Amino acid sequence: MNRADLHAPVEGAQNEVLVRLEGIGKVFPGVVANDDISLEVRRGQVHCLLGENGAGKSTLISILAGMQQPDSGHIEINGARVAISSPRVAMDHGIGVVYQHTTLIPTLTVLENLMLGDTGRLPLDRKGAMKRLKEVSAKLGADINPNALAGDLGLGQQQQVEIAKAMWQGSKVLILDEPTSMLTPQAIAELEESVNRLKAEGLAVIFITHKLREAYAIGDCVTVLRGGRMAAYISPEELSQYDEEAAKKRILEAMFGDDIDNVSADQAEELAGATRAGQDHDADAAASRPVVLELRGVSSHAGRMEIGIEDVSIAVHAGEVLGIAGIDGHGQSALAETIAGQRSAQKGAVLFEGREVTKLGVRARQRLGLRYVTDDRLHEGIVGDLSVAVNLVLKRIGQAPFWKRGQINRSAVQAEAAERIAEYEIRTPGADTRAGTLSGGNIQKILLARELSHDPKVVVFHKPTYGLDLKTVHRVREAVRRFAAEGGAALLISTDLDELVELSDRIAVISKGRIVGEVANDSSGTSERVGELMTGSTREPSLA
Amino acid sequence: MTEAILVAFLIGTIAAGMPLMLAALGETIGEQSGVLNLGIEGIMLIGGYFGFVAVLMTQSFWLGLLVGTLAGVASSLIMLVLSVWLGLNQIVVGIAITLAGSGITSVLHTQNYGSTNPRLGLDTPWKIPFLSDIPVVGPSIFSQPGMFTVALLIAAAVAWWLHKTNPGLRLRAAGQKPASLDAAGGSVLRTRSLAVLAGGAFSGLGGAYLALLSTGAFTPFMTHGLGYIAIVVTMLARGRISWVVVASLVYGASVAVGTAIQLTNINLPNDVIKMLPFIIVMITLIVFARSAYIPPALAVPYTRGAR
Amino acid sequence: MTTNMQLAPSTGAPQPAPSTDAVPQPKQRGRGRAAVDVLVRTITPVVLALLAGALVLLMLGKDPLQFYGDIVYYGLAGNGWQNSMIAMAPLLLIALGLIIAFRGKLWNLGYNGQYLLGAAIVAGFGPDILVSFPLAIGIPLLAIMAIVVGAAWTIIPALLKAKYGTNEIITTLMMSFIGVSVTNILVKGPFQDASVAVPQTRELPFDGMLPYIPGTKVHIGFIIAILMVLAFHFILKRTSFGLRLDVFGASTKSAKHVGIDARRMTIVIFVLSGAMIALAAAIDIMGLWGYLRTNWNPAYGDKILPFVFLARLNPLASIPLVAFYAVLATGGTIAAQASNLSVDFLLVIVALILMFMTIIEYIGMKRDLGQSYLPQGLRQSLRLGSVGRKKQ
Repeated sequence: MNRADLHAPVEGAQNEVLVRLEGIGKVFPGVVANDDISLEVRRGQVHCLLGENGAGKSTLISILAGMQQPDSGHIEINGARVAISSPRVAMDHGIGVVYQHTTLIPTLTVLENLMLGDTGRLPLDRKGAMKRLKEVSAKLGADINPNALAGDLGLGQQQQVEIAKAMWQGSKVLILDEPTSMLTPQAIAELEESVNRLKAEGLAVIFITHKLREAYAIGDCVTVLRGGRMAAYISPEELSQYDEEAAKKRILEAMFGDDIDNVSADQAEELAGATRAGQDHDADAAASRPVVLELRGVSSHAGRMEIGIEDVSIAVHAGEVLGIAGIDGHGQSALAETIAGQRSAQKGAVLFEGREVTKLGVRARQRLGLRYVTDDRLHEGIVGDLSVAVNLVLKRIGQAPFWKRGQINRSAVQAEAAERIAEYEIRTPGADTRAGTLSGGNIQKILLARELSHDPKVVVFHKPTYGLDLKTVHRVREAVRRFAAEGGAALLISTDLDELVELSDRIAVISKGRIVGEVANDSSGTSERVGELMTGSTREPSLA
Repeated sequence: MTEAILVAFLIGTIAAGMPLMLAALGETIGEQSGVLNLGIEGIMLIGGYFGFVAVLMTQSFWLGLLVGTLAGVASSLIMLVLSVWLGLNQIVVGIAITLAGSGITSVLHTQNYGSTNPRLGLDTPWKIPFLSDIPVVGPSIFSQPGMFTVALLIAAAVAWWLHKTNPGLRLRAAGQKPASLDAAGGSVLRTRSLAVLAGGAFSGLGGAYLALLSTGAFTPFMTHGLGYIAIVVTMLARGRISWVVVASLVYGASVAVGTAIQLTNINLPNDVIKMLPFIIVMITLIVFARSAYIPPALAVPYTRGAR
Repeated sequence: MTTNMQLAPSTGAPQPAPSTDAVPQPKQRGRGRAAVDVLVRTITPVVLALLAGALVLLMLGKDPLQFYGDIVYYGLAGNGWQNSMIAMAPLLLIALGLIIAFRGKLWNLGYNGQYLLGAAIVAGFGPDILVSFPLAIGIPLLAIMAIVVGAAWTIIPALLKAKYGTNEIITTLMMSFIGVSVTNILVKGPFQDASVAVPQTRELPFDGMLPYIPGTKVHIGFIIAILMVLAFHFILKRTSFGLRLDVFGASTKSAKHVGIDARRMTIVIFVLSGAMIALAAAIDIMGLWGYLRTNWNPAYGDKILPFVFLARLNPLASIPLVAFYAVLATGGTIAAQASNLSVDFLLVIVALILMFMTIIEYIGMKRDLGQSYLPQGLRQSLRLGSVGRKKQ
């Protein structure tokens, strides 16, 4: 299908403005999240909201959804000024939201999740809900099993249910907040299809993304946010005049502004997800170097609520980045923790430089040079109530020179902290500041400083750039690259395919706790092959 | 075993089990909505004391039970304001309510009735026609105070409410994932507020049942850990009301066994009998350690959008 | 489950963009200002609780001024201060036991059972041991016996918590009720003094009791308690164990991440906590009571609880607060008798301190963050005039 077809205006009462935001401002203590933002959302249009993490997209959405109240400006719906004082009010105005993080309750059935917004009579109206579900799934072109537990659904299906939930009350405006961040390329294609279908039905769609490519592919018009302000509005007329290259250039300029001089154009494009990054990774060269980390048939299970790993065998060579792709929650945490020593392996062996370390704990492995940059920065990686300095030596409690005869050696800790803070440019009021008060980016720098100093040999990076601003993302990726270039063995676990393709020499795919395949990252089309592995060989759990 | 002992056993089971069941129903409602009320022990004592005073003044057991219920609601207001509205630590507030409840009822009882120690008579039982003539179960199960039947009806109503109604669904959502309820247009604050008040009502009623119908008097600290056992029952039942009922009756039986044994020739120290239910609870906890479950959002105050 | 020790919700700031550098910072203040602030936050709840307690007294028809005056008088004047110091000895150790557990975010609420079992062991075996061994061996031996029993009583809850994450509030409470009954069984059974009609243990030989601090009537248990508090203050603040304990308390996830064995830590914390509480019992029996009656339960832990929080789980800071409660309890017991009031009135005061403490903490936290004192929901419902919202 070519772009002209996809973006053909919808017949009927086209271009009717459903929602108008006028001069919206919102300030949090210390942060201007939204500053004088105005935009219009029209019937039968997909309005893309583009911007990096922290640009103010989420705040704007929560204002529209009634979760936050704007400090200034106002909202008009169908030409009438309204105060969206609560999510209920938003729903009553026909605004349905699909949040970035799932709002489905895993222990309830799909139908119960859908009925949560019902306010009708006292007893649950199952029959009515079943009827409504049929209508909605017909609109979406989806097949949804009402009696499955929400927690048993695959992510693509969860998303369909989320959309059904957002449309449950007869929404006229559908807001999708970063809907693609967890999906495979194939699921993204299905989502795009659903969105186009809804557009044809006459709905207005607000599509939030930080990926330029998606904005161009799916949006009729684009608003770019930067630092809480509107950086650009590209009308449908303007957008239709551009070819892909021109549109990209226009959006990139808006997204980065002056910063574009600091990052090269290529980098900016990569960061903004403008292109499918593909790099020349010489897999053969890496393969000839020694294996530093090896897993042989490792299995590890923990709670009944999460997926462990099953018979995983991988090898990471010195100087290479092995990527692990997979849909979130398919055993990535178990894999990382088993390597780090936080979780014991029930079967198989973990080898470090050829030596078996399966029985060693975190501290012993840390000393050997086996490090782990966790994905849960805030609650696992640091202790928020402790100082930045202590957090920097957190994995070396009791070790010299920071502890002498069981007592903490404060000057040694301070010296270490000063050095790391300078080296990694951690922005903190001081070494004694509580680590929890720092921003996500700086917390990530603490983790990198801690794990990458003092002779690291293998580092597991678990979603290292998730939720960070572009500059820090760039910095983190640089750190991964440099670590491998200097001969380190890196295991990069990520749900961001673009990131994996950009950094990895090889990409293994994990699904339901098993490694289902491996792709050498040496030509274009890597992400398609990875995507196929993610969904193709082992399908998402069936709904039956 | 003689018939008299069997009758005594059944009566004892109901007398000990019903207060627990009511309290555990209240705690279940609270916990399902995400509020852990450790103040249940204190609330039961307050319900028991004020119910007791009401019966002494009016001679009406029904009025006493009503007053006990209302006293429970009133004391759970503290939990409502401090923990649900202000989001303060539920455990600390719960402990405070228990301490305050036990302290104030002891002070009041000592001041007003310390010298006289009045007892209440027996409430006239509802003798269910025909059934009450059956040997053993007739004089025990089918000749209970009317409140016994009402309590069972309450249990059934709670089960229906929790699993078959819109507000019940919202309540469970508030305990599982409050953000989802919020996003779906429900009010976490209101849902939890009502749950806390309902929990207080049932706990107060349970305390009143204990004082008025099971014991026939109020004595300071008379719950003796029953509120905490209600929490255990709640944890094990995981929102299934039938489990609450069965577990409460099993507990009642474990108390009644002791009482029944005292009627026989077996000589068992009173302290052993008192200890028995706790040992049974402890063993149950050890055996079912793996399956005791609480809603994920329990005791976590809800702040919209907090990380 | 989340057994959060935080009294008020953590930064309830509406989610700012997670990546921006300017996350809401508590207002920076001078050290002096901060110290005053802490002091105010510590004292205000106590003052408010005493005021609210006065109201309750008025409603009960008592004279609050008389009552509080009596507390100060009997708690300090004459021999009052010495009695208060004697009362401090076990209270300090129990506070310490709670501080250790709470810092690790483990709710050991089984203190009554742990205390009474420790007391039963000392009172039961003391009369024999103190006459058969020299005191220098007998007294430590009894203390160790009590410690072993008190610590052992925490093992089941500790194991259940470590292995299955079973809520320790419940298990410690259940074990506590069992412990109280076991104590009674022991005192009425094997430990009973056959020569007395009332069930109680034999009395310790007077010579075998803890000696007085020279020039006072205060036994050396007070000094032992102070020394233990200082020792643990050092351990918690300066050693690697102390930091590991804090990391574990802050988040079990972080603890695992940095290689702390969570199971072992849980057990160590519980054992230490139970040990301190049982040591309190040993000192109390050997220093003050000399024997144990049935159905006697001072329930020290219930009453010391708010002061442990007010001390912010800091052992050193617990000393003045425990001293305050010791005066309140010593004077209050006599004052209650004088006013013909149940001693359980102290429970009411303690509960009020707990409640006001959480409220003050909340207000302080909101002020630090520069936010409104009222949560958004409440503010909104006030604005709309009712808790409910009108349907559009």
